Amino acid sequence: MAKKTHKEVMQDRNGLLSQSSVPYIFVAPSVVLLTVFFVIPVITAFLMSFTDFDIYSLANLHFARFTGLQNYTNLFSDPVFWKAMFNTFYFLVIGAPLTIFAALTAAVMLNSKLVRFKSILRAGFFAPVVATLVAVSVVWKYVYDPHFGLLNYALSFFGVSSHDWLSNPLWAMPAIIVFAVWKNFGYTMMIFLAGLQTIPETLYEAAEIDGAGPMQRFWRITVPMLAPTTLFVTVVTLIGYLQLFAEPYIMTDGGPVDSTLSIVLLMYRQGFRYWQMGYAASLAFVLAAVIFVLTMIEMKIQGETRTA
Amino acid sequence: MKERQIKSIAVTAVMVLAAIIVLVPFFWMIMTSFMKTGESFAYPPVFWPKKFTLEQYTILFKRLHFLRDFVNSFAVSSLMTICSLFLNSLAGFAFAKYAFKGRRFLFTSFLATMVIPAQVGMLPVFLILRQMGMLNTYWGLILPGAVSAFSIFFFRQYMMTIPTDLIDSARIDGCSDFRIYWQIILPLARPALVTLGIFTFLGTWNDFMWPLIVLNRDTMYTLPVALANLMGEHAPDTELMMAGSVVTILPIMILFLALQKSYVSGLVAGSLKE
Repeated sequence: MAKKTHKEVMQDRNGLLSQSSVPYIFVAPSVVLLTVFFVIPVITAFLMSFTDFDIYSLANLHFARFTGLQNYTNLFSDPVFWKAMFNTFYFLVIGAPLTIFAALTAAVMLNSKLVRFKSILRAGFFAPVVATLVAVSVVWKYVYDPHFGLLNYALSFFGVSSHDWLSNPLWAMPAIIVFAVWKNFGYTMMIFLAGLQTIPETLYEAAEIDGAGPMQRFWRITVPMLAPTTLFVTVVTLIGYLQLFAEPYIMTDGGPVDSTLSIVLLMYRQGFRYWQMGYAASLAFVLAAVIFVLTMIEMKIQGETRTA
Repeated sequence: MKERQIKSIAVTAVMVLAAIIVLVPFFWMIMTSFMKTGESFAYPPVFWPKKFTLEQYTILFKRLHFLRDFVNSFAVSSLMTICSLFLNSLAGFAFAKYAFKGRRFLFTSFLATMVIPAQVGMLPVFLILRQMGMLNTYWGLILPGAVSAFSIFFFRQYMMTIPTDLIDSARIDGCSDFRIYWQIILPLARPALVTLGIFTFLGTWNDFMWPLIVLNRDTMYTLPVALANLMGEHAPDTELMMAGSVVTILPIMILFLALQKSYVSGLVAGSLKE
């Protein structure tokens, strides 16, 4: 490597280094990988969603034909798709608020000066987040077991009769929701805890002097001060929950009678079990569209709160 | 003062009870994994084995090749962590410290990819890997996920705080740009490397959907895929399945407990930057 004179190594006004080729070499591997394994696939999937790409096309690409909007019209007239859509939103609409509520409760309580053993408690609530999803799904399948499961046993103390939770179309989704809340609330709790630490103590002291009770302080100080954090965790939770897959895959395989079939599970089945890849691609884009709309709504709300 | 103490004990008791409820499934899993086959099939549920036995673990490792699956999981997660840290920190460094044409465009493009869920590209990525003969390989698991817009962003933010003069003076001393990255920037970015390293390792270890798609040869299975497959054949063998879950969860729990601080700080930094 040739020695460089001082002139060549000057910084620009923003304190950035000027170098002709080096930065390109540094970003090149990432750009190449992202192009090959993300950009091109997403574009291909988009094109694929307008074809009848199936198991024959898998053997020979030339068998795939453009079919226009056929996949999408099939999708929207398929009751299984609407069932999966309904299930996913059922999971989302009930599961996300429950998760956020549990997380906020745990965070506010852990933040209280009254509580001891804070770091142990925090780690305990966080343990399910770190645990492998597949493994805890397996464990919870037994928690819900009608013969020796922990849930029926716990409920028996409250006089609730035994249920076969996961085999009942009415109860299978609520069971998965409870499991998901257990698995995920610790993550949201950590974010809330960080948010709580940014609220100045003096606000609470002033409110106390003015005679505000604990409930008033919670609703008038904690909740509004946490609004940006809440918005962030809401979006993260919604996007995560829209991609529900491993839980029903392990615990119910989408059943009974499709009552826990999610969009991503349906996509997996269509794409990788039945090799209806064109159809599966259109499903993937419906999912992407929903996520995109949610993200846009979030950005709009965030923009409004900032200008307000 | 007295009232405050009573309150403190009461609130702590409620929280401890809540934590016990959250942790009971783990306790039950560990205890059941040391039981004899069939012992857990009882009502009320059994929380303590009559006699601790390694029967289930012997079956897992001797007959069901869980050691092989463990090695696969460990290899894939380690390789993924190394590749991902290297590629993303290098790109993050370029974005943080260099002026170059297309810098803004490239960086924005990277960030934009975060809006699209990974499942969208999965079908074509599968076809591409098949074409390249990379199905059922470690690389088939690693390459598609090695570059992460989030990691690049995280590294960039971190490296922006490193003074450029430091790099400048190294260059005057005749240090090549790659050596500056390797010997000055990386050691200074250690906290970011540790945080993202844990994220990546945990994420890869726990990942299920992508390995499920790429791997169909059982010699290549990672633990979650092996466990899911085992569930298909051995669902009635509760004790065995619990032992399989312990083997899958335990390593990652130990890693988390050891590096908890960096993990949580990274988690929080990610949320505050939004």
